[in-house]
Amino acid sequence: MSYEADITETLDVKGLSCPMPVVKTKQAVDGLAGGDVLEVVATDSGSMSDIDGWADGTDGVALLDQEEREEGGESVYVHYVQVEE
Amino acid sequence: MSTETDESAESDGPELDGEEAELAALRARVDELEDQLAAVETDVDDGQKSMVIVATKGTLDMAYPPLILASTAAAFGWDVTVFHTFWGLDILHEDHSTDLQMSSVGNPNMPVPNAIASLPGMDRVTTKMMRKRIADNETASVEELLETCFDMGVEMQACQMTVELMDYDEDDFYDDVTVGVGAATALEQMADADIQLLV
Repeated sequence: MSYEADITETLDVKGLSCPMPVVKTKQAVDGLAGGDVLEVVATDSGSMSDIDGWADGTDGVALLDQEEREEGGESVYVHYVQVEE
Repeated sequence: MSTETDESAESDGPELDGEEAELAALRARVDELEDQLAAVETDVDDGQKSMVIVATKGTLDMAYPPLILASTAAAFGWDVTVFHTFWGLDILHEDHSTDLQMSSVGNPNMPVPNAIASLPGMDRVTTKMMRKRIADNETASVEELLETCFDMGVEMQACQMTVELMDYDEDDFYDDVTVGVGAATALEQMADADIQLLV
């Protein structure tokens, strides 16, 4: 959790499946300023590849890190997206 | 001796002029090519990708691919146009879009044989099963994806010829739908797009 201190906002997309984690991440990022870090918490395992691909193909955002962890017996996928300055 | 020198000077003269002219022509050509390269790089570097999808199907399952790809492409910041024609128009139809049906026949992967699937009422059953699966999986509904597409600026077009052919009215469609467009509009946009898909 090296980015915990830097998180500006957390987006909870648990339960949602493709394409909503990516779509909601984009909408959340649009409301942030340069340098801000968005934490995206998802349960869709496809979000690991999708958020990575989206960040790679989208100008102005950088994927800092991704991690998978267990929360209440289910796998949770966490993504840290930074809005570039 | 002096005559020879003069002769050689005279013969060098026109030769040098020729080389200078050639050099000037080459410099002009290099400048011209650099301008062309800069123009090409500007075209490539504008970074604005675009996608055009032609949506021709209006069953519940086939409404998903164009809506999912369009909303995701919009999340990438691309310019996205979906050109709806024939049964694809039902996706944009205010009443029909919330009640799209699944067909039970024609898909051998269905759990019932075609002979039974073709019985009256079976499409309703199949549609109900699919809607339950969509809800259980928390997959976005057609309405939700449509709203997302409109919110994200996806251009949703209704093909004018098929609007008339299917006996629909412009007012049957959602407010943000672009009407009065045809194949030429679609082709023009497809020619400029990075990605063109027919669903």
